[in-house]
Amino acid sequence: MIELHELTKRYGKTLAVDRLSFTVPRGVVTGFLGPNGAGKSTTMRMILDLDRPTGGRVTIDGKRYEQLSEPLKYIGALLEAKAVHPGRTARDHLLWLAQSNRIPERRVDEVLALVGLTPVGRKRARGFSLGMGQRLGIASALLGDPEIVMFDEPVNGLDPEGILWIRNLMKRLAGEGRTVFVSSHLMSEMAVTADHLVVIGRGRLLADMPMPEFIRRNSRSAVRLRTPEPERLLDVLAGAGLRHEAGPDGSYEVVDGDLARLGELAAANGLVLHELSPQQASLEEAFMQMTADSVEYHAGDGPGRDAAGAPGTWGAGWQADGARHTAAARQEEN
Amino acid sequence: MASFPAVLRSEWTKIRSVRSTVWTLALAFVVTVGIGALLSLLTNNNFTEFRRNEQSPFDATGTAFAGIMLGELAIIVFGVLAIGNEYSSGMIRVTLAAVPQRTTLLGGKATVLGGLALAVSLVTAFVTFFVGQALLGSHSTSLGEPHVLRAVFGAALYLTMLCLFSAGVTTMLHNQTLALGVLVPFFFLLSPILSAVPKVKTLAHYFPDYAGSRMLLVYEQHGQPYGPWAGFLICLAWTAAALAGGALVLKKRDA
Repeated sequence: MIELHELTKRYGKTLAVDRLSFTVPRGVVTGFLGPNGAGKSTTMRMILDLDRPTGGRVTIDGKRYEQLSEPLKYIGALLEAKAVHPGRTARDHLLWLAQSNRIPERRVDEVLALVGLTPVGRKRARGFSLGMGQRLGIASALLGDPEIVMFDEPVNGLDPEGILWIRNLMKRLAGEGRTVFVSSHLMSEMAVTADHLVVIGRGRLLADMPMPEFIRRNSRSAVRLRTPEPERLLDVLAGAGLRHEAGPDGSYEVVDGDLARLGELAAANGLVLHELSPQQASLEEAFMQMTADSVEYHAGDGPGRDAAGAPGTWGAGWQADGARHTAAARQEEN
Repeated sequence: MASFPAVLRSEWTKIRSVRSTVWTLALAFVVTVGIGALLSLLTNNNFTEFRRNEQSPFDATGTAFAGIMLGELAIIVFGVLAIGNEYSSGMIRVTLAAVPQRTTLLGGKATVLGGLALAVSLVTAFVTFFVGQALLGSHSTSLGEPHVLRAVFGAALYLTMLCLFSAGVTTMLHNQTLALGVLVPFFFLLSPILSAVPKVKTLAHYFPDYAGSRMLLVYEQHGQPYGPWAGFLICLAWTAAALAGGALVLKKRDA
């Protein structure tokens, strides 16, 4: 279990991490989400005692990192893909790591096989692709068979096959009862892997809750209706006691509406419908809305639909009120 | 606490598993022996000509060690690379995550580095001496002559201390390129030049290389500020200070 208490890191005038407190629960995948520059990597470096906090503290199973003898047996981390001497072979890289924590040498070959690098184990890291470097980094994280693994943006720059491999690996590790703490700046990536979610922006905690709760709170569903007779539609809705909101392009939306019931209602009243469709806000939008005020650099335009819906596994296309508000607020700022 | 023997094993694996360490150490050996041999041969063949206006006694040991000023550069580069490649590759963060006790880590690194440098330097010093003497023919000296054995051991200690000094400075600068850019010009240009400039040389005589190289002298030189053992201690103090400074920076700084 990783516990952060009022963790703070200041670089000169910049407050990179601001009194961050949360607990990474045991045995599940916890997604650590935030826009670029939110302080995720700094936080992870402080967990490993690589960067010294300006204030607050971090403990791993109740101990400070420095107090762990042979820390690779408690927590394995992947911070950068290619933090390897280019002239050293993959096997030798894992060997010195193993020796430093008195991990038996056979474990080196085991993790090489586990990440599929056995054929290139005796090749120098210089010629490794990003994906191979990432696999080597993961092999070093797993070397000590640790209870906790921590990956910083593990899918960055990987091809779809590599992304899938890492996703499955994280699920498998959590399935084995390990604690997995993984950072990302993509909500869509977290949505398919994480059980628990910690969201930060500008170094501050924005959300810390189980994934289902985050989804429930942040993704409203609605039914969209479009008709050539809008006046009659509104009468019918009002008659049935249903609240509506204005949707895009002259459509109307009934939040938490029942698709079948609305269809029957229209039929009973002889109302012509051009559209009757379920809508769900993407988590990506919820995330962008949540972190909008904490993004360091805004792009010229507000969050367009493309940006919000692009990797959407969660059905994009329905621009949430919040996103519109944010866009409007941003225009005011400019 | 991390186990110190485990740190030693791990650091030994690091050192032996990259080519640059092997090459720099081989270069230190070849350059020191080679230049010493060449100069010994030339001196033997042109002895009367070389010695025409010389008042001081002929130093056969010093002639054999003529190449040490270049050989030391290779061993300085070895010291810089052994520490610096951790910073240039970002591996330092992997290392510190594995061994968070930073002073123990640097102690282990210095022990392995110093041990290997000492072994190579001892072999280099004795081979240089014997090859040089063989080529000096009738002008040669032997280990039994006064101060000669001390000078040969002194050469090995000198190289080892410069290696560790460089390792300490690299840890302080935490940047391989910067460390090379500071140390190589310092030992190759600045220190020799300053040692020749009047007034400034009083200061330059307390630099680690000048002080350490006093251990190689068999005969007292005119105007020499201190003897070989004082030179050894001054060089040792520099080495200890560089390593202590490195430990302090490593301990305080974000990796």
